[in-house]
Amino acid sequence: MLETQLSALSDGALPGVGEALGLISGFDDTLVDGLARLSEEQTAALVALAGGLGSTPIGPRAAEAAEKIAAGSISEEHLAALAGARTTLFGAVHDALLARLDSALGRTRAAWEGAQSASTDPLTAACRSWLVELAIIGWRGVDHDLASTADQAIQNLLAEPGLRRPAILLDGLAAELRASLGAMERLPARRWADLWARALLLTQTGGLEATERVSGRLLPLGVDIHEHGTAVQVQLHAILEPHGRLVRTSVCAAKVDTITGPFVWRLLSSYPVLLGALGKRLSLEITDMPLLAGGDLLWQEGKASAGASTDPFATARVQLSRASAPAVPPLERHPVRIAEPVFIEGYQSDGRALRLDGTSLAFDLDRLPQSGPLTPQLLKASTACIGLMRWDGGWRLQPLAVRANVKKEPVAVHNSDWAQGPTDPSVLKSGAKVGDPVAVLKERAGRLLRR
Amino acid sequence: MDAEIPEWERLSGARVLSPVQPRKLAKVPFVEMAEGRLQGVVSSGSDIERVYVSSITARTHGYNCSTNNNRPCGGLRGAPCKHLRSLVDEAVLQYGLERVARYLRVEGDSAASLVGNLSGGHESIPAAVVFSRFLRHLAYLELPGTCEPVAEMHWFPSLGAVS
Repeated sequence: MLETQLSALSDGALPGVGEALGLISGFDDTLVDGLARLSEEQTAALVALAGGLGSTPIGPRAAEAAEKIAAGSISEEHLAALAGARTTLFGAVHDALLARLDSALGRTRAAWEGAQSASTDPLTAACRSWLVELAIIGWRGVDHDLASTADQAIQNLLAEPGLRRPAILLDGLAAELRASLGAMERLPARRWADLWARALLLTQTGGLEATERVSGRLLPLGVDIHEHGTAVQVQLHAILEPHGRLVRTSVCAAKVDTITGPFVWRLLSSYPVLLGALGKRLSLEITDMPLLAGGDLLWQEGKASAGASTDPFATARVQLSRASAPAVPPLERHPVRIAEPVFIEGYQSDGRALRLDGTSLAFDLDRLPQSGPLTPQLLKASTACIGLMRWDGGWRLQPLAVRANVKKEPVAVHNSDWAQGPTDPSVLKSGAKVGDPVAVLKERAGRLLRR
Repeated sequence: MDAEIPEWERLSGARVLSPVQPRKLAKVPFVEMAEGRLQGVVSSGSDIERVYVSSITARTHGYNCSTNNNRPCGGLRGAPCKHLRSLVDEAVLQYGLERVARYLRVEGDSAASLVGNLSGGHESIPAAVVFSRFLRHLAYLELPGTCEPVAEMHWFPSLGAVS
């Protein structure tokens, strides 16, 4: 990424984005106190949200929902319409941001050709009832009973592999609600409304289908690690050759909150080909692997083998600027999903932001995982970075790998370096001190679960 | 482009939970602050097949300790037993002293002083509820993984040790 590309990102406000975010904020605030107790101002916010979509197909439904809810008739159908309206507005914000980013980077992006059908599994009904209840009561009114009402329903979803996505989402939201009871003066209104709206829609949407099967060589760029108390996901960003396409592949495991840091990799040990390539910095040869229209390879160990040694920095420097990007599935169009691989070098860093000539870009320090070796100190010493462009009210760079000078020696450090276990002696030592939580809990599970 | 940072309430990625701190799990494999109690499971020091279920009620500070088969712990003689002490020790390691103290509504500058300042006595708290929550906790490790991309996990970045 060049200085000119970086400054093009913030070159003029994006028309309509501020207004759309304002409408969304107005809606989010109604969920803080709950829809059962709407002030005049909050009623106006619901009407305004619907009004923002007046000329679109969802407009009339949203308007009717706002009117009914303001009159005290709060149904799942009406809430889904408002969640849909909010999601549509965020979709437009997402599109504007991504278009700006693509144009700054000169990146071409495929058009969406997949299908995402409506589908409702009966198991999800209890979860939607809970979401309705939460909206009526409001975040401020959530008590222990309400926070835990959906526990059994979420367990039922977790047991069904096809419903893992909504299960993971709802489990994450429920844990945050439980932990926040009575302990928070401020509430994360935007975040919880995001999770709430996504859950309401996702439980009524079918899974994505693979649209093609692809073969070739995967050249890794870097790994993004996502984690909450009961799930961890490792998402590899790579370039698929010879097609020159940006793709991702993800593996996800259930966990518990006491398994953290480098130990989370242990939960993914059923993917030795993938983890081996990440740990040893190898390319991967894949054959006939299913690819979703959103650019996600459905990883299958049997269709992959380790290839030659590869340097992600060389891949990023030479191939990234020409690679084409995939379309974004319609329901996933939300700014939080923007995670676009970029390569930046020749900058100055103070550990919090990088400066490239006259332009600066903040590092997303909240996305530096404990399960990898990157630290703010390394960012400070870094001169080149493979990262993901992120947006949360402003652009940030989430580092996936850096080149830095440590004790006058050049080093390359990647998020995925500990895929096969920590390589840093001090981390190994502290890991040895606390013992392996995965082994302890599996032993306990083996002894106590099947009685 | 020094992007303006929006207020915390307007961040999709607002951080709500602090990552739990790593601790040895062998002695106390499970601790939670839930259902109005600090509760958990403590491995028996003598019998690998046996675990103790220990719990302390927030506010009133009533406590109990028994085996998972509801046999009362022999160490409970008018004061919290060693299992309850271990439970509080490990809760403080995992969640931090402040969070545990706030949840229980008790004051103290160490795990030991939290236990010392508990104002309640032995009360009957069913072990079965806590034990079944522990089993549910363990059951997560038995769930098969998935290679379907979970786009929702973008809301949950891996929590680093950033101040």
